[in-house]
Amino acid sequence: MISLADFLIVAAILFGIGLAGIIINRKNIIVLLMSIELMLLAVNTNFIAFSYFLGNNIGQVFVFFILTVAAAEAAIGLAIMVVLFRKSGTIEVDKLDLLKG
Amino acid sequence: METHLLSIAVAIALLPLTGALIAGLVGKQIGRSATHWVTIILIGSAFLLSCYLFADMVLLGHPPEEGVIYNWVTTGAFKFDVAILLDRLSATMLFIVSFISFMVHIYTVGYMAEDPGYTRFFSYVSLFTFSMLILVLANNFLLLFFGWEGVGLVSYLLIGFWFKRESAVAGGLKAFIVNRVGDVGFVLAIAAVLTYFHSLDYQTVFSHVTSILGKTLPLLPGTSVSVITVICVLFFIGAMAKSAQIPLHVWLPESMEGPTPISALIHAATMVTAGIYMVARLSPLFEYSPAALSLVLMLGATTCLWMGFLAVVQQDIKRVIAYSTISQLGYMAVALGASAYDVAIFHLMTHAFFKALLFLAAGSVIIALHHEQDMRKMGGLASYMPITYLTFVIGALALAAVPPFAGFYSKDAIIEAVHLSTTPGAHYAYWCVLVGAFVTPLYIFRALFLTFHGKKRYESTVYESPWVVLVPLLALALPSLIAGGILIGPMLFATPRLLGASIFVLPQHDVLTALARDYHGAKLMALNATQTLPFWLALAGIVTAWLFNLGCPQWADSLKKRLSWLYKIMLANYGFDDFNQLVLVRGSRRIGEFFYKVSDLIMIDGVFVNGSGRLIRLFARRGRQIQTGYLYHYALIMLLGLTVFLGWFVLRV
Repeated sequence: MISLADFLIVAAILFGIGLAGIIINRKNIIVLLMSIELMLLAVNTNFIAFSYFLGNNIGQVFVFFILTVAAAEAAIGLAIMVVLFRKSGTIEVDKLDLLKG
Repeated sequence: METHLLSIAVAIALLPLTGALIAGLVGKQIGRSATHWVTIILIGSAFLLSCYLFADMVLLGHPPEEGVIYNWVTTGAFKFDVAILLDRLSATMLFIVSFISFMVHIYTVGYMAEDPGYTRFFSYVSLFTFSMLILVLANNFLLLFFGWEGVGLVSYLLIGFWFKRESAVAGGLKAFIVNRVGDVGFVLAIAAVLTYFHSLDYQTVFSHVTSILGKTLPLLPGTSVSVITVICVLFFIGAMAKSAQIPLHVWLPESMEGPTPISALIHAATMVTAGIYMVARLSPLFEYSPAALSLVLMLGATTCLWMGFLAVVQQDIKRVIAYSTISQLGYMAVALGASAYDVAIFHLMTHAFFKALLFLAAGSVIIALHHEQDMRKMGGLASYMPITYLTFVIGALALAAVPPFAGFYSKDAIIEAVHLSTTPGAHYAYWCVLVGAFVTPLYIFRALFLTFHGKKRYESTVYESPWVVLVPLLALALPSLIAGGILIGPMLFATPRLLGASIFVLPQHDVLTALARDYHGAKLMALNATQTLPFWLALAGIVTAWLFNLGCPQWADSLKKRLSWLYKIMLANYGFDDFNQLVLVRGSRRIGEFFYKVSDLIMIDGVFVNGSGRLIRLFARRGRQIQTGYLYHYALIMLLGLTVFLGWFVLRV
């Protein structure tokens, strides 16, 4: 029997990978978007695990919402990326330091 | 306003102010002659009104009146009113001030005829008169201070009237600054009065004097000085600056840079007499402080003698008269110190007449010689300017205290009063005024001989001055001749005296009553003068002046050579100016420079203003390194922050 803790560990690992992807990734914005997606999925996993183990469906309803939002976010993120590429000719994270003080 | 007398007093003060405003604001528009007519008529009516007041208050003995014009400031427990006190003393002063001012106004028409600042000058002179009248009329210390400062301000404007001349600007500045030194004492004195009496009204203060007699003040650690002495000495410091007593006399010779009419007004009736008037007005305070009286006496005596000596070596005719004024103010201060306040005011009055006369006569000479003031370039003017000569002689005789001229009575009364006085230092003062009686004729007759007698030492032809100049001279010559003999009886020896209850004298200080025992009428006093020492000293002074300037002029030169060191010291004003220049002016400059460099440049500019800016820039330079602009740095920081907060949240137990 897979316990709640196992689910949570998987979710934490997924989240950690996503976070690490954001921090370590120096090359590609697409990887960044993927990392964000990964973190959202980790959260989804948590929701479903809790929903299942606590016998409450609301958690699963939330997941649908999050998936929708994530899809929208991916669309917007990719659109921004395209514009960014047109503007600066690159999608390397290392080059994007316009906010530098 | 309760009575018509008070309304008249207010009118007397406001008439010159109106004149000043008209001349100052619309003088250019209404033109020169309209300006002088307006101001002269206004000051003339003020003079007539003050004659009326003088007759009513002093001669007919109307009781003193007080009235509030309006409430100036009400603050907590204190109430300051613009209120006037009309009594015998203020009526007498009103009379003197408005008379001299009236004469000076008329004289100015002639003296300033070609000056581009004609209307401005009339405006200032009227304003000056207004300030002095307010000073005299005040019934409380604050209004007195208002007049006091008004006089100081306008004197600055007038001395620096020819503002294109550097020496005039410097002279005005000097007068202003020296007077500020005195004001420190004056303001402190007012503060002390307010602290101890809780009121600034003369009457309230005077009636409570006895209540603070026992009080002392720890001025320095370990010493205690009686409060009344502190107050009186502080007031006298104010008087010292205004009335040019050593060591605050230095501004007065410099004030000669102003036009001559204003020299006459400053030196005769206004400004310098303010200090004397103030001490006389505050006689109920000074009477209870023998120490302050003694200080007044000693300083007055010192001023009287040593400044008289300086007048002997001056070459500028106006400076001779200026030093003479300082010396005569010394006489008045001596009289104050000897508790003979009536005599001081008496001398103030006679001095006002003959000193204004001397100044205006000197001014007449100066016009004739096209603004030449150096006596070495004069000489032999008597035949060209007979009326000026005659009036100058009258003024000189009055100043030299030759009977029966006005100065004789007042000066003789001072010398006798000091002789009888028991104030500490009276002995020293007596010798000073006695020697002063020799020095006074010496310098004034030296000026007379150098100016009007001897060889002609100039090129141009000289004409007598116009009537606008001569009329005031004649009008002043008359009182210089007769005022002393007429007034000495009623002012000093009648009961009640002319100034009556305005002056308060303690019985043990009352020298006048003692003096009255030997007085048997003005005529007899003049006739008996031949038996007194001052008379022979005065004659000796005149003869000496003649010998050294006309009889044997080579004596003067040889004396000058033999005592050249003394001559130099005297020309340098005993080093007062140098001392001030070296110690005070340069000292304060050094201090100023020090503070400019250390506190201003280093502390304020360096540390506070630029320092705070630099500090912020430093922080910003370091701080902006944090803003890398890289997303992953922000994410990492967020993660770390989250970890820290979560860790704290979890581990805090």
